[in-house]
Amino acid sequence: MQYALLIYTNETADTKASQQEQEAVTAAYYAFGEEFKEKITGGEALMATTTATTVRVRDGKTLTTDGPFAETKEQLGGFYLVNAADLDEAIQIASRIPGALTGAIEVRPVMVFE
Amino acid sequence: MSSEHSAQVVDRVYRQESGRILAALIASLRDFTLAEDALQDAVVAALRQWPATGVPRNPAAWLTTIARRKAIDRLRREGTLARKQETLHALEQLATTDALADAEEGPPIPDERLKLLFTCCHPALPLEARVALTLRTLGGLSTAEVAAAFLVPLPTMAQRLVRAQHKIRDAGIPYRVPPLPLLAERMEGVLAVLYLIFNEGYASTSGDALIRQELCAEAIRLTRVLVALMATEPETPDDPEVLGLLALMLLHSSRQAARVDAAGDLVLLEDQDRTLWNWAEIVEGMDLLDTALRMRQPGPYQIQAAISALHAEAPTPEETDWQQIAVLYARLAHMTPSPVVELNQAVAVAMADGAEAGLQLLDALRLDETLAHYHLYHAARADLLRRAGRLEAAEAGYREALTLAQNRIERRFLQRRLAEVSARLP
Repeated sequence: MQYALLIYTNETADTKASQQEQEAVTAAYYAFGEEFKEKITGGEALMATTTATTVRVRDGKTLTTDGPFAETKEQLGGFYLVNAADLDEAIQIASRIPGALTGAIEVRPVMVFE
Repeated sequence: MSSEHSAQVVDRVYRQESGRILAALIASLRDFTLAEDALQDAVVAALRQWPATGVPRNPAAWLTTIARRKAIDRLRREGTLARKQETLHALEQLATTDALADAEEGPPIPDERLKLLFTCCHPALPLEARVALTLRTLGGLSTAEVAAAFLVPLPTMAQRLVRAQHKIRDAGIPYRVPPLPLLAERMEGVLAVLYLIFNEGYASTSGDALIRQELCAEAIRLTRVLVALMATEPETPDDPEVLGLLALMLLHSSRQAARVDAAGDLVLLEDQDRTLWNWAEIVEGMDLLDTALRMRQPGPYQIQAAISALHAEAPTPEETDWQQIAVLYARLAHMTPSPVVELNQAVAVAMADGAEAGLQLLDALRLDETLAHYHLYHAARADLLRRAGRLEAAEAGYREALTLAQNRIERRFLQRRLAEVSARLP
């Protein structure tokens, strides 16, 4: 099965991290990517929610608002797409994402259209 | 044979075997909903056919075989999806090898219940769904019965079960006994669900007495199945906590007849007629506990069972080894810190070293928010105050407990105590 592993972390805390800390996080992600390269089929890091725009169309009119869809304590900061045999394997991979140590990883099965 | 008789047989077989049959069906169908629907089809077929043909020699095998065929029918009717075609193909292969003639001879249905139990208790499911799903699929309780046991409207419970089944399928929750690195953690979850089912029956806050007893019996039955099946798993180490939980349930259950008097009132441990205790359950519980303790990996269930065993061993309440019980509660509080465990520890200390010693511990706990709203905290405190001869404070404590207690039986008990204390006040 394919799963999306959505990484939610506290942006404010992330931006306050020292350069040394940021380098350590980058290295940890690099190591994660290496370890699971057979499983990872895609994924991106996202820029901060300060750059986000939310779009809705109502009655044919496009409504654009500044900011993310929802204001929450932790923000979607990136994601991986992985192949895993089952939820247990997906959970195991998710638990190794560096962001799991400070934030949370949401594991979502990817819909299959037959 | 009368149709009423075979209907009873169908009902009995369903009660006893549906967990095992469902577990086998899910193993080949990989779909909870389809397995349940197919089993229902098979039950309908049994109700129609058995009055005419007689009850087959191995009714469970018959139901399994027919349910597989019904599943094939269902898949053929609706199945164009590639994933389903695969299942269908595998099923058709199975169907050719297990003809009905075999069912008459009674081939053993492979016991897949352990996989089913671990799947139903998967941590990705909400706790209440784990409990409901376990009772529904392994316990063979109807959705209505599960709903009644948890005082939830039937449609709510039905929806809870369907959601859980869909999550198992859609999120890819595996149908297997977890591999070694995951086993201990997952076993903890399974034991928690079983204990919750038992406790819902044993120490419930409300509801019908009969359903409650059934929950206790069901929890014990399922834990027995778990013990037996774990013993047959070649590559899994023995977990003494499984034995500890079964011992704990049996030791608690042994006091069921003595806990409530003829008028339906709660009888405290110290006032119970010990001849009403079920000695078969006590002996079995103690044997299991001995076996568990010899493995030298103590855990919370073993410690709680050991506490219960110390009560069971005392010929009279006065001979209870409260010192040892206080030590065990201290160990338990260390392993699983909780205000309720500390409350019990304080009571044990009071019994061992006097009411004032216990009160000191209780007052130190008072600050805790959870306990402030917990009727048993106030009931225990009032009881210690009563023993210490501080009747006015005891009276206030019982009143406080009464404002919080929900259970009818517990409320009557508290009212009795309150009346006793009030009568002794000048």
